Amino acid sequence: MTIVFAFLIGGLICFIAQLLLDGLKLQNVHITVLFVFLGSLLECFNLYDRLIEISGAGALLPICSFGHSMTESAVNYALNGNYFDIFKGVFASTSSGISFAIFISFICSLIFKPKG
Amino acid sequence: MESEVFQKVLEKNKNRRPILKNSLKAFLFGGIVCLLGEVIRMILMKVFKVDSRVANTIMLFVFIFLSSIFTGLGIYDKLGQVAGAGAFIPITGFANSLTSSAIESKTEGIIQGTLTNMFKLAGAIIAIGAISSIFIGSIIYMVRCFYA
Repeated sequence: MTIVFAFLIGGLICFIAQLLLDGLKLQNVHITVLFVFLGSLLECFNLYDRLIEISGAGALLPICSFGHSMTESAVNYALNGNYFDIFKGVFASTSSGISFAIFISFICSLIFKPKG
Repeated sequence: MESEVFQKVLEKNKNRRPILKNSLKAFLFGGIVCLLGEVIRMILMKVFKVDSRVANTIMLFVFIFLSSIFTGLGIYDKLGQVAGAGAFIPITGFANSLTSSAIESKTEGIIQGTLTNMFKLAGAIIAIGAISSIFIGSIIYMVRCFYA
């Protein structure tokens, strides 16, 4: 059942993004930044966690989950320690994805040649 | 006279901008990416019996790896033209922007080109993520401390 919801929720997020992109005539960067911020905002009442429970990868793969997991780990670090641990926790859960992407893109830049 | 015709043609093309069609393409592509992700996650959890957190990380790694390879081969640009938001909203878009700017600036050398310009496009995502999570995280922390 989560497979169907993954398709629907993930598709819906991309649908809304494309609608905003064409309707408001924005650039890709504007939409990405907006969606990261929205994911961060949805952390407020654990809304995004519920979305992940329902749809699995449908909520994990869109870029909103980036903002969500950053905010979640920041709050968790602050609650378990003192307030200043918030700066430690910001990158705690997304660091693996970021460093893996940096590593792979460096390897790819060594292998592939620029086009055009 | 000619400018009038030109204006008419321009107006016609403007109205024909296929917003709905583009959005449906984005829906399909984004949905298929998320569906594949869920299939990978379920296989990892059910067949290989890994923890859900580890499964999520491995799934993200698979997509980051694939999209970097596709970007290097030049397939991802063509996909992006067709799928629009379906290609850059999933995490694949993040890896794509990193890899494409790393490859593009390769000619300027490894340190001054690749390493310096790697975050040209993806830097915005990390920056807004950090800023908004500190800002909103502070608010949530204060509210939870106040009520608990």
